[in-house]
Amino acid sequence: MTEEKTGMFGASGTGDTSGYGGLVRTAASIGSTERPYGGYFDDVADDLERAYPDFADAITRVVVDRGELTLHIKKSRLREVAFILRDTLKFEMCMGVSGVHYPDRTGAELVALYPLLSMTKNQRVRLEVATSELDPHIPSLVEVWAGNNWHERETFDMFGIIFDGHPGLTRILMPDDWDGHPQRKDYPLGGISVEYKGATTPAPSNRRSYR
Amino acid sequence: MTTFDPKLDPYASSRETTEGTVFSVTGGDWDSLVSEIGESKEERIIVNMGPQHPSTHGVLRLVLELEGETVTEVRTGIGYLHTGIEKNIEFRNWTQAVTFATRMDYLSPIFNETAYCLAVEKLLGITNDIPERASVIRVMMMELNRISSHMVALGTGALELGAMGPMFFAFRDREIVLDTFEEITGLRMNMAYVRPGGVSQDLPAGMTTKIREVVKSLRKNFEDNAKLLIGNTIWMKRTEGIGYLDLAGCTTLGITGPVLRSAGLPWDLRKMQPYCGYENYEFDVITADTADVYGRFLVRMAELEQSLRIIEQAADKLDRLEGQPVMVADKKIAWPAQLALGADGLGNSLDHIREIMGSSMESLIHHFKLVTEGFRVPAGQAYAAVESPRGELAAHVVSDGGTRPYRVHFREPSFNNLQSTSAMSEGGMVADIIGAVASIDPVMGGVDR
Repeated sequence: MTEEKTGMFGASGTGDTSGYGGLVRTAASIGSTERPYGGYFDDVADDLERAYPDFADAITRVVVDRGELTLHIKKSRLREVAFILRDTLKFEMCMGVSGVHYPDRTGAELVALYPLLSMTKNQRVRLEVATSELDPHIPSLVEVWAGNNWHERETFDMFGIIFDGHPGLTRILMPDDWDGHPQRKDYPLGGISVEYKGATTPAPSNRRSYR
Repeated sequence: MTTFDPKLDPYASSRETTEGTVFSVTGGDWDSLVSEIGESKEERIIVNMGPQHPSTHGVLRLVLELEGETVTEVRTGIGYLHTGIEKNIEFRNWTQAVTFATRMDYLSPIFNETAYCLAVEKLLGITNDIPERASVIRVMMMELNRISSHMVALGTGALELGAMGPMFFAFRDREIVLDTFEEITGLRMNMAYVRPGGVSQDLPAGMTTKIREVVKSLRKNFEDNAKLLIGNTIWMKRTEGIGYLDLAGCTTLGITGPVLRSAGLPWDLRKMQPYCGYENYEFDVITADTADVYGRFLVRMAELEQSLRIIEQAADKLDRLEGQPVMVADKKIAWPAQLALGADGLGNSLDHIREIMGSSMESLIHHFKLVTEGFRVPAGQAYAAVESPRGELAAHVVSDGGTRPYRVHFREPSFNNLQSTSAMSEGGMVADIIGAVASIDPVMGGVDR
């Protein structure tokens, strides 16, 4: 789905004796789903098309996978679609923002996902918006769902996605002066020295003599 | 004799900044602080509460702007307990990730595990293959966990508002639940008991009888706190009309759980979008119509009884399903789950050991690969939500087809709900912030992850 994989177990540099070390699996993509989507997904798509004339232009892909509907939306149209989903289609709640970093998807490395919930109709739908690492801007949805405030701050903190129009986009989990965005795939796990009262202690992974 | 210099006061030293005088209050003698503030002409002061404050549920920091005793602005600072669980999970295999997920919201470990496992099972496409006994055990464990979690919410919430008795009763009852957990899983908290495909091991012999006794004693014990608090004049004066957040406020802030139900909407994922077979249990969704701290207290109190009802029904089902498997049949995913306690105190599946060590080389290879590298999960993403004691707890799990999660994000109800602190507290009294925060019941381990 995201990158080319070699070897049977994704292992490299180890004594993989499975005999499948030379196996190369190319990146698979889920692609987009054709109608009928099944269940209430067709109703959601129909209602959205009726309420939003620019549907075909704004929504690049519709994916139905594992019983979940995902609408891939151009980031420039995100706010319009969000308002219509909230007001006309009654998706009153946005359950937050989740980010994903795909370093191999050139031009669309950073993805923000918005799981929406309609309590009126007991339905769920997910919005997916991609943006480039070089231009990590996505419109903020705080104006649409105020509860997105902290979630967008978290996604900014972890992935460096800048949500334009956010009332106060600052780090929320990491310290304010932190460098980098920890959930990006090129950010290592661990290895950060600890500074306390002027003294710096190396991270355990950098302390070992056999390194 | 030296004259008293407030700048050198060991308990309340002060310094001048561009924003005005800053006092560092460390407890002890407040008189000098009060006298000095009294000299200042400005009414508006900013108080930094936490992150080490006993009534902020761990390491929550509140920055309060006060006019006299009225709160004009509340800012919430979090992140003091950030442990990078989501990042760590990406470096472990799908089964090991459970041991991280369980440590997020440390008061509701079973819910964390279940939300994560349901999402992984959705990705694997085995949601309908989970044995019924495993699902019933999950439901029973979740409801026991809901009781132990609500007990902390009620006990500490009451303690923070100055009522000590309820805390003793609540922790007595929580202890009963934790002992039950220990008997079933070996651990009181952070059990990593729910695993992708089922649960890690079956219940010990005679557990359902024991569960029924636990339910009986809990039902009797709950009366103590009900008698102490429901209708108690002092308690009601501290909680009625405090921390008000109506339905519109809840929806726009994404609030779920007891806070939403206290605003009158019977929204409960167990009823609305059932998982783990919740549609087969009889229970009521509890609501209140006051949208205040007292309403949330009543909702939690009444939910205890509903949890007991579900546990009783689960115990009956478990008797019927005695001897059934608790792990999915697919050997490519399932770890051995029918364990027996060995002399070393560790659980082992003797049949499985006999097979892999004595009779089948293939089985040994499979076991080795499954345990060291884990199973592969088809590429894609899934979102699975459960109704945790604090609201919608969901796991958004992305797989790239490998043996490790590509990305796991937890939609933590505490994290989301804590945003409502300002809306609940601004315009009220300082003392009422404590009640409002306690009624949200945030767990900082879950908030910061």
